[in-house]
Amino acid sequence: MSKKVEHNIKAYGNNFTTMTPGPFAIKLRTCKIWQFIRFIIINIKMLVVVRKSH
Amino acid sequence: MARLVVLGGGVSGHTAATFAAKWLGSAHEVVVVTPNSKWNWIPSNIWVGVGEMSKEEVTFDLAPVYAKAGINYKQAKAVSINPEGSDLVNKPFVTIEYTLAGREGMTENVEYDYLINATGPKLNFGATEGLGDANGLGEFTVSVCTADHAVHANEEFQKCIQKMKKGERQKFLIGTGHGLCTCQGAAFEYIFNIEHELNKAGVRDMADLKWISNESFLGDFGVGGLHMKSMGFAVSSKIFAESLFTERNVDWIIGAHVNKVEKGKVSYELLDGSMGEEEFDFSMLIPPFAGVGLKAYAKDGTDITATVFAPNGFMKVDAKYDAGTYENWKASDWPKTYQNPTYSNMFACGIAFAPPHPISKPMSSPNGTPINPTPPRTGMPSGIIGKAVAHSICDRILQGENAPLHEASMAHMGAACVASAGKGIFDGTAAAMTIYPVVPDFEKYPGTGRDTDYTFGEIGLAGHWIKHILHHLFIWKAKLKAGWTLIPE
Repeated sequence: MSKKVEHNIKAYGNNFTTMTPGPFAIKLRTCKIWQFIRFIIINIKMLVVVRKSH
Repeated sequence: MARLVVLGGGVSGHTAATFAAKWLGSAHEVVVVTPNSKWNWIPSNIWVGVGEMSKEEVTFDLAPVYAKAGINYKQAKAVSINPEGSDLVNKPFVTIEYTLAGREGMTENVEYDYLINATGPKLNFGATEGLGDANGLGEFTVSVCTADHAVHANEEFQKCIQKMKKGERQKFLIGTGHGLCTCQGAAFEYIFNIEHELNKAGVRDMADLKWISNESFLGDFGVGGLHMKSMGFAVSSKIFAESLFTERNVDWIIGAHVNKVEKGKVSYELLDGSMGEEEFDFSMLIPPFAGVGLKAYAKDGTDITATVFAPNGFMKVDAKYDAGTYENWKASDWPKTYQNPTYSNMFACGIAFAPPHPISKPMSSPNGTPINPTPPRTGMPSGIIGKAVAHSICDRILQGENAPLHEASMAHMGAACVASAGKGIFDGTAAAMTIYPVVPDFEKYPGTGRDTDYTFGEIGLAGHWIKHILHHLFIWKAKLKAGWTLIPE
């Protein structure tokens, strides 16, 4: 897998000190099975926050 | 029969009016005064601004919805409030000016027993030279603040895509157009949707994208940033935002007060006092917000605007306005009931209430120019506050003037925020975040000011699906379709 994102870092530029996602992290973001699981979890978390806020 | 008048039909005013109409029934009257004929789900304007949605998909006519709810709808703008009445009328009233076709400019005094000010903001384009004037948006930049603005933004955006397809490089500058703007989140969402669309059009390599904002650090978002749990760490939103900007190859300028906009160029001042210029081919800059300019008069006609409203035009409520410097700020400074301290039958909600102070630490350049985000009061907090205020007023109407008021402090309230970065069901992603509480409470949560069990953020398809669902869910709710009361704000 490509490490293309790392190529966007500019030495001593604005983004030199940040972290960047690797290929696996980026893949997970669009992996439908993993994202379906995250969808359930994020919804539950958001509902808890909504409930605490009312 | 009591009459509740709601000024404004945005997220907060619409929520307040529709719940009040439901709770009060036909025994009492709810009047909504709003200059708009349509309701707009503003978060989806971002998709209109890149051509992924039409104006019709994010708006609907208010008249049939209010007719169904039994709400007396007046398409007009509020001009002034007489909270004590006048020498001719003993009851308090609001003076409105119609915007309805055929009645434009006609005025009317609408008496009330209770008043909710939910007028939202005036988009103060005129605060920055060249960004616009008293009539609105200027000619050099675009905006996504209204559905019409977003349609125009997309037209300009498509022209840029065509130029890039012909081999002409384009520069996109997105962010805030003044040192005291709020709504960084909307601009954040827009720049990543632009980036997504450029990729889709196959012209990303022909574009330079740059962010410019008044935040002192990337990821401030007007809430002083946030720390979220990720991989066992409490990670700052600065890292989160910088990482996303780097991943999408978007450069940034922060701590910037844009002081002048010209054709293809902005001038700005930075927190360190230095001045700079940035050229662009396409620019979307969020304007600062101000109150809509309502006046207030005492019974004898004396101007009491300064008593009812803060200098920025927002209505004073039960907040601590004399909290002093940042070091003295507390979560308890923030209003709980949104009742006006002078007139107990007046309330303000959504953007229309005057916050006690910013949430982000106030900063200024060595030249004395204030450069810091002003506090956001949109979205989920806006709806929750509107409902709480409606609940308080309904209780007072139905149970008597001593009924306790409901509370909805932003220091005890969380918010869920989903910032999309592309619209496709399987190729879009979004940054999904929750923050609890919105206003940090450093006494209760030392260090970060927030409960990191309920403050989180992540990027992916899941958040994007939630964004799609929210779009349909909130329009369903606002149209008062079956089960609307079950959908939380």
